[in-house]
Amino acid sequence: MFIYTLKRLLQTIPVLIGVTLVVFLMMHLIPGDPAQIMAGERASEEQIELTRDRLGLNDPLPVQYATFVGNAIQGDLGNSIRNGRAVTTEIGTRFWVTVELAFYSTLLSIFMGLMAGIISATRRNSPVDMFIMVFALFGLSMPNFWLGLMLIQYFALNIDWLPVSGWGSPQALILPVITLGTAGAAIIARMTRSSMLEVIHQDYIRTARAKGVKERYVIYKHALRNALIPVVTVVGLQFGALLGGAVLTETVFAINGLGRLVVDAIGQRDFPIVQGSVLVLALLFVLVNFLVDISYRFLNKRIELD
Amino acid sequence: MDNTNTIIKVDNLQTSFFTHRGEVKAVDGVHFDVPAGKTLGIVGESGSGKSITSLSIMRLIESPGRIKGGNITFNGEDLLAKTEAEMRSIRGNKISMIFQEPMTSLNPVYTIGDQIAEAYQIHQGLSKKEALQKSLGMLELVGIPSPKARLKAYPHELSGGMRQRAMIAIALACNPQLLIADEPTTALDVTIQAQILRLISGLQKELGMSMLLITHDLGVVAETCDYVAVMYAGKIVEYADVTTLFKQPKHPYTVGLLKSLPRHDIDQDELQVIKGMVPSPDDLPEGCRFAPRCPFAREMCVNSLPDLRDQEEGNQVRCWIHTDEWDGPEVNVKDDYDYGYRTVEGTES
Ligand SMILES: Nc1ncnc2c1ncn2[C@@H]1O[C@H](COP(=O)(O)OP(=O)(O)OP(=O)(O)O)[C@@H](O)[C@H]1O
Ligand SMILES: [Mg+2]
Repeated sequence: MFIYTLKRLLQTIPVLIGVTLVVFLMMHLIPGDPAQIMAGERASEEQIELTRDRLGLNDPLPVQYATFVGNAIQGDLGNSIRNGRAVTTEIGTRFWVTVELAFYSTLLSIFMGLMAGIISATRRNSPVDMFIMVFALFGLSMPNFWLGLMLIQYFALNIDWLPVSGWGSPQALILPVITLGTAGAAIIARMTRSSMLEVIHQDYIRTARAKGVKERYVIYKHALRNALIPVVTVVGLQFGALLGGAVLTETVFAINGLGRLVVDAIGQRDFPIVQGSVLVLALLFVLVNFLVDISYRFLNKRIELD
Repeated sequence: MDNTNTIIKVDNLQTSFFTHRGEVKAVDGVHFDVPAGKTLGIVGESGSGKSITSLSIMRLIESPGRIKGGNITFNGEDLLAKTEAEMRSIRGNKISMIFQEPMTSLNPVYTIGDQIAEAYQIHQGLSKKEALQKSLGMLELVGIPSPKARLKAYPHELSGGMRQRAMIAIALACNPQLLIADEPTTALDVTIQAQILRLISGLQKELGMSMLLITHDLGVVAETCDYVAVMYAGKIVEYADVTTLFKQPKHPYTVGLLKSLPRHDIDQDELQVIKGMVPSPDDLPEGCRFAPRCPFAREMCVNSLPDLRDQEEGNQVRCWIHTDEWDGPEVNVKDDYDYGYRTVEGTES
């Protein structure tokens, strides 16, 4: 297990190089002169030249890349064009808000999705199963921002139980987490159901029953652990998608997360912020994937080390 | 068949699957008993209902299947009247089962030790530690090398033969009175087959269990069984003790099976097999189910189904040839049997 973890960790290195390279090149691939963009539209020739020098844009590309990575490792992602503050400080606070939102939403997805999926699978083709599956289809096809608006309309405005927007209090967390969690719950429910149905007909489930194992343990001990293997991948992807995809929900609920920061930065052409955010999200994605692989290996003893 | 120490008695068992295409009679009126400490072999081709019979005894038939009728008496108790909880305390404890597929019958995410220990935890209320201790003993009993290390191994780390030994360890953990072995060696290499078979029948005698050995191999029956039931398309067509069956087979299907056994005493260019196929249980012939493949079949065979009747030699046979109603020429099934697939003849003669 330790060796596997180490191996898997080493495998992330080329991915990290790729990610930093792409983020680095973003700067050079966007149309126009980065120095011109950074210096502002009305900047004079000298100002632009100065900016170019300051950004090291006159150095050869490999040198620039090395500097970029070197700075990034030391926690320096440059400064915001708009307010001159360090990109890392700007991202810092917002980052945790988004991670928290994604984390709780994923937790809700897992909880609801697993419950619904297991109930559906064990009562296959019953009215309960059909109800859950129709509901899951709704959850999947409903746009997040629309669900968010509906929830605000009812719970915040009509019956006034929960705050309309904001961040910080547990109550404020509820609606955005539900909004973001439902789609994931629906995907996980469907995945769990089909995975359970496949596992439940395996020979080893019959062996467990023939041993006298209680049906409850047949499901939760013998079947679920096997059925979870494909579900874990979905959970990981889900979490990753939430990190980048919470933009609309953050906007609807006026939450100051990373998503909104990026959207605002794009609007203001605050290039270092965009670059920094993309890098941070990409790194987080790599981390989540790594964790998924590790838990995969933990669940599935059959993965051999090659 | 002495009722006094019969461990299990199956009486007119009927198990059907209710599919959208109608009722599939997988087991249709099966009778047999297993005397205490003895081994009954059930033989028959694929699809004849052997596995469904054994799963019925375990009450593990899954929907859309259902035990439709009959009685199963285990130790004098009616198994079909038991609640699910009562059945659970019997499964893996008093009646155990070994399955055909060692590669897939063990749970891939739990260790061998955990899977054996579970039986002790369920049925004897042992702690995990005690249960693992006893599991170690079982691994030794079934002859797994370096049992201590194997206790912590996962199924994929073991060969097919070793996995089947582990399955046997699970089945025998609680010292069952009846072991049902459903083709325990079919999926294994020929060399391993003999080892596993010897292990099972050795342990059966050592532990004094009764055994129901399901197989389609009469060679296996000759080596291990005391009694034999030959099953065809959901019904038993012949029942006898093993010596009688091999010496005086009466049913054409039994004779066909025996003649298709590979022989070691003479050179064989090709293996002879019974022509045709087992009828599908959703489309059974009206009369004798073997009639379409039987070289002796006459019109009466096609039209009506004979019942299982006692013979002088001790066999029970379901065949018109051995009844007074037989309207054809006298036949000695064993000597006259040939492999020609014959269409049904009229009552000329
Ligand atoms: N789930 C099911 N649905 C419908 N029919 C079934 C089902 N399971 C079994 N059957 C029917 O029951 C018949 C008997 O099956 P069974 O598994 O008992 O055969 P078997 O004698 O054990 O054969 P084999 O030697 O291949 O194991 C099969 O021919 C099949 O048509
Ligand atoms: Mg079978």
